Amino acid sequence: MSTQVPETQEADESEAETEAESVPVAQQRRQQRKAERREHVAERERERTEEEAASDESRYHLKVFRYDPEVEGKQEPRFDEFHVPYHKGMTVLDALIYARDHFDSSLTFRHSCRQAICGSDAMFVNGRQRLCCKTQLSDLEEPVRVEPLPHQEVVKDLVVDMEHFYDQMEAVEPFFQTNDLPDGELEEQRQTRENREKVKMSTRCIWCGACMSSCNIAAGDNQYLGPAAINKAYRFAMDEREGSDMKEHRMRILEQEHGVWRCQTQFSCTEVCPKDIPLTAHIQELKREAVKNNLKFW
Amino acid sequence: MYEHDVIVVGAGGAGLRAAIAAQEEGADVAIVSKLHPVRSHTGAAEGGINAALREGDSWEDHAYDTMKGSDYLGDAPAIETLCQDSPKETIQLEHWGMAFSRDDDGRVSQRPFGGLSFPRTTYAGAETGHQLLHTMYEQLVKRGIKVYDEWYVLNLAISDEEVPEDRTCHGIVAYDIQSGEVSGFRARNGVILATGGPGQVYDHTTNAVANTGDGVAMAYRAGVPMEDMEFIQFHPTTLPSTGVLITEGVRGEGGILYNENGERLMFEYGYANNAGELASRDVVSRAELTEINAGRGIDDEYVHLDMRHLGEERIIDRLENIVHLSEDFEGVDPLEEPMPVKPGQHYAMGGVETDENGETCITGLYAAGECACASVHGSNRLGGNALPELIVFGRRAGAHAAGKDLGTAEITTGKRGEWEAGEVDTPVAPGSVRSPDDSAVADGGEKAADGGAVAATGDEIVTRAVDAENRRIEHLMTKEDGVQHAEIRSEVQKSMTRHVNVFREKEGLKQALRDLREARERYTDVYVNDPSRTYNTDLIQTIETRNILDLAEAITLGALAREEFRGAHWRKEHQERDDENWLKHTMLSWNDGAPELWYKPVILEGEEKTYEPKIRSY
Repeated sequence: MSTQVPETQEADESEAETEAESVPVAQQRRQQRKAERREHVAERERERTEEEAASDESRYHLKVFRYDPEVEGKQEPRFDEFHVPYHKGMTVLDALIYARDHFDSSLTFRHSCRQAICGSDAMFVNGRQRLCCKTQLSDLEEPVRVEPLPHQEVVKDLVVDMEHFYDQMEAVEPFFQTNDLPDGELEEQRQTRENREKVKMSTRCIWCGACMSSCNIAAGDNQYLGPAAINKAYRFAMDEREGSDMKEHRMRILEQEHGVWRCQTQFSCTEVCPKDIPLTAHIQELKREAVKNNLKFW
Repeated sequence: MYEHDVIVVGAGGAGLRAAIAAQEEGADVAIVSKLHPVRSHTGAAEGGINAALREGDSWEDHAYDTMKGSDYLGDAPAIETLCQDSPKETIQLEHWGMAFSRDDDGRVSQRPFGGLSFPRTTYAGAETGHQLLHTMYEQLVKRGIKVYDEWYVLNLAISDEEVPEDRTCHGIVAYDIQSGEVSGFRARNGVILATGGPGQVYDHTTNAVANTGDGVAMAYRAGVPMEDMEFIQFHPTTLPSTGVLITEGVRGEGGILYNENGERLMFEYGYANNAGELASRDVVSRAELTEINAGRGIDDEYVHLDMRHLGEERIIDRLENIVHLSEDFEGVDPLEEPMPVKPGQHYAMGGVETDENGETCITGLYAAGECACASVHGSNRLGGNALPELIVFGRRAGAHAAGKDLGTAEITTGKRGEWEAGEVDTPVAPGSVRSPDDSAVADGGEKAADGGAVAATGDEIVTRAVDAENRRIEHLMTKEDGVQHAEIRSEVQKSMTRHVNVFREKEGLKQALRDLREARERYTDVYVNDPSRTYNTDLIQTIETRNILDLAEAITLGALAREEFRGAHWRKEHQERDDENWLKHTMLSWNDGAPELWYKPVILEGEEKTYEPKIRSY
């Protein structure tokens, strides 16, 4: 057999990135990040051991954003410094909890599951949107700077107002709609493994808001649906169980002025997504769908 | 004051399902939750939903497995309801679009799980709970059901007749976390508690930080008995450093447990010669700890769970989430090396006593999900039985509260049926600590200012409850110094992990009671340092800590009283199951500030047959 050259090499890379290819891409990225992280951790551990030899206790230096509209002295935003004792495997969330429980009980942030599934502790850590619970301190340069998600109104300290994010999520009719349910209440709809695989990554969204916060377009256009909401629409539009009429309806929502066409393929959403969802690829695919559909009428 | 027909407290699987069901019955329903619904802990469930969907399987087999798994402490009417309703409820989720894993023919996939005689665990990768939570929240959005998110429920508004069975729940008092507003919520038909588990009683738990058992503690102090609280499930495979859960699906797919010598411990030392790694959770947890205590653990702390032989393709298809969790939280790539695992607190089999329709002994008060005890899990829950519990009993509670006739319940609640008084020898007096100052205000145990005299209408009862909670908050916020909640909470968690864990003995349990008494005393001096009314997590955690104290004490009291070995409850001094004396439910009622212990019989008579207790072997 002759060697096969993937066709996609000829096309523009971002445009051609289909779902089938994006999974290996995500895996590659995972491998690469893992390798980088190992190297980095090893380096940090070496440094720490040296530091520990020099001092009795190893501490991490945190600079944490503080603001409270109600408390005099905190009405002007400022940064507080905390020096938190370090143990191996400690995450940014662990450090924040330590600082709150031992130094200042008024330090305020959202968190709950601490295993990257509830989506409540997305923050801006060392200049990047991250989930604090899955971010190892050892991966970061000191001082570790922790701020609320940019482009969202700050309620207090690290807590931002998520209402706008939720409103955008709800604007895409984020629920399954089909006219083709089986008759029996004990009979499921059929879905091919391939189709489930196609929507799988899109269903992983935990609504943390990191993508929206990292998106330049969303920052400048308050009506832009944003990557999370478009991804939510993708999850249903690509589900074969919804049928073609519903897909058309979904495409109409996505093609509106502040829909998919606003995306300028900057990839920042994809870059920060803690669940590795290929958000930009999903948006691009929907743009292609939109063109395809419209072509039919020309 | 806000007003609705049905108010659901909590927005995890059970709360969402209850709200949808209530709305389908025509009720004006609202959810009040301290988290936004998609943040609920149901999202962390991994394994799957047991439902007899296939040819060759039957709800009767599912019921038998569940009764056996429970070590014969489950009530047959509840178990049979679970197993009969689960297939329909599971397919209902599929009809709502849930992204289940699929077989080649397009049907939903099922896999084997511990303690099951048929591979009946329906799943969505290793993220079933996430898919379930989001699918149900989508239905909520579709229906426009009102959610008061980030509102913390402080207390229930309940009339104060002498006997709990005569009382009525008229609503709740809640606190808007973002604004600090305290408000009454009047429920015309009923309140449904769906507040989840109490994992934060322990320091090594798979549970979220939000899981502080608020609903159970509130119902308990209002007069509803807590049932079987001593039965805490420890999951055999949690990551040692964080308590993050590694699903039973890993063993279901063929994952193997090894000790330090590389021996397949479940067979090598005869812990479960037939089922091996797929024995039920209590059996596997004890096996692992026995290995560790015998010096065959790794780093004296954990054992290895190996899934490499399953092959990357199968792992990525069915357990991908596990790869990420193990990498992110333990720094171990399970495609290349075995994962370190040890037992961790996972689930409370006990909770608010309800019947199979979700009703408690107080009129208008319901509970469903992990906070409730119907009881379907008895002394040990089978993997894959928590998610069906949420949807089955969530729906029933919601529908019933909205007025649907589900028929008369076979399980009786409160002291209406057969019961016997209990006794336990404690080294210190359990219950609330009343010092001469206004500590009763601090712990929320304040009696009505009018001495409980005739608050006639529901509105008045809600208003009175609002006043009491306002005084509590005022007290906590204006107190200038004292002890902080984090200190008390951490002491309780450490003592519980040390003394009321997988292995239990009399002296340790007594020590835990002493520690808890001391923690209660310190709690009378608790104060809130953060002066802000905006998003005051300090205040909320202080109130949660009070709930943790009540639950920790109930777990310990139940464990001390139950002098036998059943399911998840192992006692050093009592190594045998004792059906003659202990085939009964442990009940604790809050009686004038102190727990009263009593028992009620287990119902083993099912629809068509009686489940005869047998020696449980795997």
